[in-house]
Amino acid sequence: MKTFTLGGVHPEGNKLSRGAAIEKFPSPQIAYISLSQHLGVPAKPVVAKDDKVKVGDLIAVGEAFISANIHSSVSGVVDKIDDYIDTSGYKVPTIFIKVEGDEWNESIDRSQDIVRDIKLSSKEIIDKIKEMGVVGLGGATFPTHVKFMLPPGKKAEYLIINAVECEPYLTSDHRILLEKPDEVLIGTEILRRALNVDKAYIGIENNKQDAIALLTEKAADYEHIEVVALKVKYPQGAEKQLIKAITGREVPSGKLPIDVGCVVNNSGSTFAVYEAVQKNKPLFERVVTVTGKTVGKPSNYLVRIGTSCSQLIASVDVDLSQIGKIISGGPMMGKTLVSTDVPVTKGTSGILLMHTGESSRSLIHNCIRCAKCVQACPMGLEPYLLSAASKNEMWDKAEKAHIMDCIECGCCQFTCPSYRPLLDYLRVGKRKVGQIIRNRAK
Amino acid sequence: MSLLKVSGSPHIHGNQSVNTIMKYVCLALLPSVLVAIYCFGFGAIKVLAISIASSVFFEWAITKYLLKRPSTIGDYSAVVTGLLLGLNLPSSLPWYIVVIGALVAIGIAKMVFGGLGNNIFNPALVGRVFLLISFPVQMTMWPKPLVSAKHWFFNGFHGLDSAAVDALTGPTPLGQLSEGGVNAIQNNYLDYFMGLMGGSIGEISAIAILIGGIFLLWRKVITWHIPVSFILSAFIFAGILWLVDPTKYADPLFHILTGGMMLGAVFMATDMVTSPMTKGGMIIFGIGCGILTILIRTFGAYPEGVSFAILIMNAFVPLINRGFKPTRFGKEVKHV
Repeated sequence: MKTFTLGGVHPEGNKLSRGAAIEKFPSPQIAYISLSQHLGVPAKPVVAKDDKVKVGDLIAVGEAFISANIHSSVSGVVDKIDDYIDTSGYKVPTIFIKVEGDEWNESIDRSQDIVRDIKLSSKEIIDKIKEMGVVGLGGATFPTHVKFMLPPGKKAEYLIINAVECEPYLTSDHRILLEKPDEVLIGTEILRRALNVDKAYIGIENNKQDAIALLTEKAADYEHIEVVALKVKYPQGAEKQLIKAITGREVPSGKLPIDVGCVVNNSGSTFAVYEAVQKNKPLFERVVTVTGKTVGKPSNYLVRIGTSCSQLIASVDVDLSQIGKIISGGPMMGKTLVSTDVPVTKGTSGILLMHTGESSRSLIHNCIRCAKCVQACPMGLEPYLLSAASKNEMWDKAEKAHIMDCIECGCCQFTCPSYRPLLDYLRVGKRKVGQIIRNRAK
Repeated sequence: MSLLKVSGSPHIHGNQSVNTIMKYVCLALLPSVLVAIYCFGFGAIKVLAISIASSVFFEWAITKYLLKRPSTIGDYSAVVTGLLLGLNLPSSLPWYIVVIGALVAIGIAKMVFGGLGNNIFNPALVGRVFLLISFPVQMTMWPKPLVSAKHWFFNGFHGLDSAAVDALTGPTPLGQLSEGGVNAIQNNYLDYFMGLMGGSIGEISAIAILIGGIFLLWRKVITWHIPVSFILSAFIFAGILWLVDPTKYADPLFHILTGGMMLGAVFMATDMVTSPMTKGGMIIFGIGCGILTILIRTFGAYPEGVSFAILIMNAFVPLINRGFKPTRFGKEVKHV
């Protein structure tokens, strides 16, 4: 079975919510819709206080090259546009909408029918994806349409759908594969046509055998789509590792997937592409896994963007006095929340509630030079060396040791027997070295 | 809800700590300890107990009174150093020599450099080599296996006449080779493999060491690179010499089964702190250890060379770490 070759770790899966079918989560009273919930430039609001909006109405437009449109997830009245804290822990401009009823924009096809016929051309598809504000739902929230507008001179050979979901606990992609297999396959076909390639792969890790079986069976109807079962190993869902696992190609240091002829798209986003192109439905809701070891009812909810995380947490039967840390995303790469009041954004793949016993880091010991971080690093770096260089502010040494290749997957810190905060130092180093490189270019 | 903790990712850990690694090493050494107790009796228990107790004591005392830092004995590394030192000593060694060895191992080889993780040389081997040079007589009196086990309170031969000492001790196979050449050695490979030969407490039984080594491989404490390259290169190098002149040089199987070869390759050279960081580096390190061992055994003044070979290669580790880098992802474009 295929997998990537260098490094990697095997954290416990803890897919507690894998059997929980996707439930529609009720609309909130107030929706907090962040203007900066995608990678790139924040969107510009096109509504003002007291404007009435319907579900799916455009409320902010992504004007810059790397930006994305934002649509209302609720119907109601714009209360104000003000700064509000988001999952990053910073205050960002946010549109507050007071919810009244649930009236949808008429152009959205709300029927349950699966629309198989793909009518649009490549360019029309990309324009539609852009219009509907689709971004990568795996966590990085890179605007999807930008990925499919290839730079001049580049040619794609393969489309890869990332259904790996290698983060422990998270099951939102798994549930989408199981419950919306036709839609994901049609979405894949749409993207394949948009990209104008002959081959699309759907990569799924072997811990989701039900999804592999289902998708493989259904993919038999699609000439150009192949489902690839992958050996379970973290971080297989990282773009470069996934390309390596499926095609054997290595994206060169500092280059993009397209440089080896690949474009990677998350399976949840592929479902969103289907809805955008075939159902004319903007991206205003997403599947969020709410889970944790002390959670009574680990769940997968279909949540309107802008819903407060506190509402999700309140619905899963958990004793909050026992919770010490809350993570947006998975435990390997997710961000800790500073408050439960932050809203769900397009990038919120899961809410992980960690009990007090597992939320503290252990005491740091001396590095014992065991080389486990070197063996675990999927990029073939030397994390012990990079973190020491970073700690001692030896930026040139860090740059020469290729600190910018780090994908921040956390394998090094996960495996360190001395509990050293390797990735903390590496992040500091990457930031600093990145600045130095940019200044040099000026 | 109590205050939420905020930190960078990752938020989970693989749960293998320094502590568990050290405990695994101790567990892996258990077969060797049991064989040693069977072969050498109370003498082995005594040396091991004194070595471990004094190592832990010195680490505790140095951190508390000299460095004035929190004690580090909780990481069990002092226990491992003490255990490994003890296993590298003859079972007849008087208690005070063992204590001196522990002081040198912990005090000079480890704490002077800043404690666990900062030392350049393997502490247990520094202790052993220091004793070998300082107390050459006591360090080369080798109790005979099984015979000496019957002799309780076997303590440095005090009060024994020379006939009694002769009855209890004998040369190691490597000692025989060094003294009398190839004709003086026996090819009792099965005895050597099982542990029925003279030698340090923990080095005699290849099978017990290999069981421990397999356990460490399974628990991912060590990788195969150093032990295999160490033993294989020693075997090949000794084999070449043997093929050149079998009347002058011992055969390669004899070399890898006798002396400290197995203990050194599996437990001493694989010490994380003093071995290279990359797989390529580990292999070079192992080959260096293997060749140096055979060179010292064959052409050097000492009958045994494992400790010296590993210490010499320890000194090269920083250089090896510079020269051998891991294979980087995306270093070159590969199209399949």
